[in-house]
Amino acid sequence: MTEAITGTRGRATPLVPLSNFLTRYVLRLLGLALVDAFAVWLVSLLIRDAVWPLAAAVIAVTLLVNAVNLSDRLYPLRWMSPAFAIIILTVLYPIVFTVYTAFTNYSDGHLLTKVQSIRRIGQDRFLPEGGVTYRWAGFRSSDGEIALWLVGEGGQAYLARPGQPLEEVTADAAGVGPLDADGFPESLEGYTRLGLRDLLPILDSQLAPLEFGEPPQTIKIKSIREAAQLQQRYVYDETQDVILDQMTGALYTADDRQGFFVSETGATLNPGYQVTIGWSNFQRLLTSPALRGPFIQVFVWTIVFALFSVLTTFALGLFMALVFNDPHFPARKLVRTLLILPYAIPGVIGILIWRGMLNQHLGVITTNMVNLFGWAPGWFTDPFWSKVGVLLVNLWLGYPYMMLVCTGALQAISSDVYEAAEVDGASTWQRFWNITLPLLLVSVGPLLIASFTFNFNNFTVIYAYNEGLPPIPGTPTPAGYTDILISYTFRLAFESGRGAQYAYAAAITIVIFLIVASITLFQYRFLGRWEEVSESV
Amino acid sequence: MSSLATAATGTLKQPRSSIRRQRSLGLVLRVLIAVGAVIFALFPIVWIFSAALNPTSSMANQRLIPPNASMANFNELLNNPIQPFFRWLLNSVKVAGITSVLAVFVTALTAYAFSRFRFRGRRSLLLTILLIQVFPNMLTIVALFLLLRQLGDYFPSLGLNSHGGLILVYLGTQMGINIWLMKGFFDSIPRDIDESAAVDGATHWQAFWRLIFPLVRPVLAVVGILAFVSTFNEFILASVLLRSTEQFTLMVGLYLFVTQNFAQEWGVFAAGALIGALPIALLYVLLQDQIVGGLTQGAVKG
Repeated sequence: MTEAITGTRGRATPLVPLSNFLTRYVLRLLGLALVDAFAVWLVSLLIRDAVWPLAAAVIAVTLLVNAVNLSDRLYPLRWMSPAFAIIILTVLYPIVFTVYTAFTNYSDGHLLTKVQSIRRIGQDRFLPEGGVTYRWAGFRSSDGEIALWLVGEGGQAYLARPGQPLEEVTADAAGVGPLDADGFPESLEGYTRLGLRDLLPILDSQLAPLEFGEPPQTIKIKSIREAAQLQQRYVYDETQDVILDQMTGALYTADDRQGFFVSETGATLNPGYQVTIGWSNFQRLLTSPALRGPFIQVFVWTIVFALFSVLTTFALGLFMALVFNDPHFPARKLVRTLLILPYAIPGVIGILIWRGMLNQHLGVITTNMVNLFGWAPGWFTDPFWSKVGVLLVNLWLGYPYMMLVCTGALQAISSDVYEAAEVDGASTWQRFWNITLPLLLVSVGPLLIASFTFNFNNFTVIYAYNEGLPPIPGTPTPAGYTDILISYTFRLAFESGRGAQYAYAAAITIVIFLIVASITLFQYRFLGRWEEVSESV
Repeated sequence: MSSLATAATGTLKQPRSSIRRQRSLGLVLRVLIAVGAVIFALFPIVWIFSAALNPTSSMANQRLIPPNASMANFNELLNNPIQPFFRWLLNSVKVAGITSVLAVFVTALTAYAFSRFRFRGRRSLLLTILLIQVFPNMLTIVALFLLLRQLGDYFPSLGLNSHGGLILVYLGTQMGINIWLMKGFFDSIPRDIDESAAVDGATHWQAFWRLIFPLVRPVLAVVGILAFVSTFNEFILASVLLRSTEQFTLMVGLYLFVTQNFAQEWGVFAAGALIGALPIALLYVLLQDQIVGGLTQGAVKG
């Protein structure tokens, strides 16, 4: 298999000057070195933050790029490496990540890895009862930053600013004015001293939440006179995998099934962390009545929507193709071009135009219906009419495609068949039903299935028409009457009132994928497309 | 011509006058239906033209033929600081332009290699690319969002709310189909060209860049334009991955009108919709034959 390459290369090499070849080789190595340096830097950062899946993807891409550029045996892959890098990062990695996420509890409150979560919990501080305390005076810098002059129990003084380490200062340092009776400088270069009258109004609202200094030595104001050093509240014990609350003495044990540190009383520490929870998300989907309800409702509508979208667009498209297939038709070409226009307009713009025309109060269709019939449906508020509306808009968007496809397919049907039917005395209707449609379906059938899977995931029309609304009342996770599975999934991930439920969304994604994949498999297998495709490789 | 319509005219048994009457009746009926269909197809487009020219911009006082038609809506559209329409248009052109050029170049390289080199695993690689595409990219939208969020921690220019990140994601959506499509084009160019170039001492790269690439340039242009159009029209990914108004693409920006005072801003929206839709629609009409060809190729094979 590789002879073709080595053969031509073997013939080509002697004609390429050696210096030319060397420069190219050196350039390639330099490029690789650059890529590698960058990758090492990125991976080290990712590993530091324990972002394992992405780190693995970056490592895979880097190894691939190195391998194909260093090995002559992999020369063909060198041409493909940019495409593969893109596919791995933006197609393959998200798929693997989605599958992985479906088996975890990844959601708001469980966004971090265990390491990150322990680090985050460890950042909590508290004011201990008998800890180190200071007397303080407040200063404000010209840009509004507050600083504290602290005097400790032993009389040593510190300057504390938010986010900067505590600085030991002495009264005779430059810029420090004379000390007052309490031992605080009356002035400080770059700052103005805050009197009691300045401090009182902002004490609780602005000063109390401020943390001065840098962990582990941070200072918080306790009262108008006293400031105290904060202590780390939660301390992690690695050997026992527990966290001790230094303030209350409570012990939190890691529960790796829930992804929480849990105390004996059942209290949990926030944030929780990510754990794999096996098939729980899928079980919940199938067994929890509260979740199953909207899921099944959405599922049924998804099928109905996809089916009706295909049927209506196909029916109208075929009809128009038949009508305009007649060469005697006046201005046929022009009319056909005009009829394709809805397909030529960006889909979102088309949907938004319809959204305006169907507008509840002022839309041209609604107002005219009210004038004519005294009534107009709630295109966006009524569950049934919203569904009709979205199907209508999708019909407008989709029939030109079917028309184009059917026109092509009709022209491929031999006229002999019709002539034979003619001789046998078949009526127009019979000819259509027994000849045109079956022959058409042979060639257009696979496209109808493809159109079904496309509409099964036709997020754009659902979202741009009405965002899946109106809402289904009383569901534990938000769902709308026009929501299809993909938009329902999207809501779970991004719009849920109980926070983002990525893992649950990923589980539904897997379900959608299985459905779509089996339809596609059917399309390839039973319609013989796979063999056709495999042969054409 | 072989449709049932023409077949109906070819009747043998009936007398001629009856055929003619039947035919003209059928034609009248069909013309009527055609008029209905054309109204359904074109009314929204006519209506949006009229809305754009309606000087009051409100949905309430719109007539089909606006009295005192003016370009007021266009003026307002271009001078509106809350809805930086021009910025959105530029963003869309930039994102779609970079995506299509990069996509064509990267997929052309890959497709050329698939078409010209024979190596172990070639077949399975090609089929894998096809299989991966079965997974609709909409489904990984959450994962893509999280991917960009993580990437953004290290390079903001590839993170959320960046055009770089959006282009990266769009590139991924363009790979599979285009690799297959272009491999087909390259396959149709005789290998003799490459081989004679190799005899003359050209490297594979020289053969590709100097000989094959110019030959397929027209086809690449069409693929590039289609990639441009599909990226330009994309809405969902852009609305998830972009956050701030000045980063929006045109589709996300136009959608913003809906969430704001839609009925009052109707005319301004219509002006924007027209500016956004016209170039794309023009491209479609001009490339009609190629698009139809591509569509029906799969349908009418054999």
